[in-house]
Amino acid sequence: MTTTSAAPAAPARTAPRRRRSLRDRPNPLAGLGALAWLLVVGVPLYALLVATFQQTEEYRTAGPLTVPADPTLDNYVGAFGSGLITFVWNTMLVTAGVVAIVVVLSVMAGYAIVRSRTWLTNGFFRVFLLGLAIPSQAVIIPVYLIIVQLDFYDSLLAVVLPTAAFALPVCVLILTGSMRDISDELYEAMALDGAGAGRTFLRLVVPLSRSGISTIAVYAALQAWNGFLFPLILTQSAGTRVITLGLYEFQGQYRVDIPGLLTAVVLATVPLFLVYLVARRSLISGLMGVGGK
Amino acid sequence: MSVLSPSRDGRRPTAVPSARTAPSGRARRAGPRVGRPGAWWALPALAFFAAFAILPMGLVVYLSFTEWGGLGDPRFIGTDNWTRLVGDPAMHRAVVLTLVLSVSSWAVQTPIALLLGVWAAGRQRNRAILSAVFFVPLLLSSAAVAIIWRALLDPNFGPLAQIGPLIGMPGLDLLSDGAAAFGVIVFVTAWQFIPLHMLLYQGGARQIPASLYQAAEIDGAGRLRAFWHITLPQLRNTITTSSVLMVVGSLTYFDTVLILTGGGPGTDTTIVPYLMYRVGFESYQYGYASAIAFTLVVVATAVSLVMVRLTGFGAMRSTREGM
Repeated sequence: MTTTSAAPAAPARTAPRRRRSLRDRPNPLAGLGALAWLLVVGVPLYALLVATFQQTEEYRTAGPLTVPADPTLDNYVGAFGSGLITFVWNTMLVTAGVVAIVVVLSVMAGYAIVRSRTWLTNGFFRVFLLGLAIPSQAVIIPVYLIIVQLDFYDSLLAVVLPTAAFALPVCVLILTGSMRDISDELYEAMALDGAGAGRTFLRLVVPLSRSGISTIAVYAALQAWNGFLFPLILTQSAGTRVITLGLYEFQGQYRVDIPGLLTAVVLATVPLFLVYLVARRSLISGLMGVGGK
Repeated sequence: MSVLSPSRDGRRPTAVPSARTAPSGRARRAGPRVGRPGAWWALPALAFFAAFAILPMGLVVYLSFTEWGGLGDPRFIGTDNWTRLVGDPAMHRAVVLTLVLSVSSWAVQTPIALLLGVWAAGRQRNRAILSAVFFVPLLLSSAAVAIIWRALLDPNFGPLAQIGPLIGMPGLDLLSDGAAAFGVIVFVTAWQFIPLHMLLYQGGARQIPASLYQAAEIDGAGRLRAFWHITLPQLRNTITTSSVLMVVGSLTYFDTVLILTGGGPGTDTTIVPYLMYRVGFESYQYGYASAIAFTLVVVATAVSLVMVRLTGFGAMRSTREGM
């Protein structure tokens, strides 16, 4: 863990240097605050990582705040025997399904809301706005009923459908925001070329809302990857278990083996962490987009 | 009707697509409606959302007037559940705890996220590196975060057990004390969600035109005044968005409560969604649980509306006024 010192310790009230704007000058006080937050974030993460390389006995006596005296990979080897692979695979399937449904449906809906001239779409938009305030916890009982009636109980589809539905309002709002930025002249040019709604959509709207689309893909993927309530209520068997639920089950089993449990937590985060390393920029700009403009 | 094929998106958004005047086989109405999508484009999304959110809302209302244990058919019992709810001390306590949790979460997360976000908006290299570290908790699911903190706060083995004696409190068990456990929930959810809101503020702060700061500098304004008179007003819309997301999100910190405290000690961290889960899926009183669930929706909607009213989100004014 290397930390660069936040700023040369200079009094904040020195005469402003010419070339650097107010924003880009070092700010020692803020740097200290950031370092404090680094401790708040870093220490638990450090303890988490150290614990995964400790024998249970060593964890109990020395604890994870030290440097492990005798690092071991036993926890990692042991974790693979516990069905973790199945859980991660299930989670990936659920995530792919949710992202596919959400992207297709909300891009279409966003386009209609921004461009359609019928009074209907305004009403649709209001429905999605109100939908923001419906917490998934509040409708879980009827959703459970509906899933049982549809005979989807204890399947991955049971998790995908409601998860995707509850990601829709936020995604539609984000997309309408980014689609409003496409200028009218471009639409007119398309219309003059005689393009219908379908061709305008594929040739103009989709390419130009790419940043909005990547935002909603990131948002929907995170919702699906981290979802807990829907799998908890709507699935049951180990074959359909997703990773969040798997970890919850482990917590019950690993009462004494804390390093083993924490290793499962780390392994569950590896796929997302790899995505983060590879696509940090798009992930971050995607999440920034959730805030809109 | 064109068939959607996601693979056929254009390679580069060209400013004006090339003219193709080949008729596509459909007679087109002239006038301003040419090339505009019909309302049906939004129907699939709406129908899908209705099936899993709006229809269930209706069912929640219906179920709240019935008694039902999960087997057979719900039995209509009129307003019994509602009378019970109004007089239920457990429910009163849960509503109060939920509101206190929302307010304290907002009060803890907003200032930290805003300051960190504005700080991270600077382009210095060290800020970029630290921001990358700050982002990591966001990759962990609520379940993972709750499990990690439960292990860290274990009174017998682990970090808290190590630190306890050093500060003169051996055997310190935060999760066994009501107020402390509540504080842990506030802290853990803040630890988890501040990175997201920090990102929102970072994005917002980066969109503030540099010319404003240059003008302030010419006027001799210091850093604090610039923050107060430029940064904060310019972040108005971001603050609104972040706050609404934060408060509505905090009404549903269900995963964290279930895994970290199980609503305890006693019922000291039993917030409304967790109470509903207990009544519905542990005691199988789906009728009464539906009444509790509907109350949660009412609270969530009321809170959202109040936030929107307070912040003027409905009439989202441009931060570029007068520029």
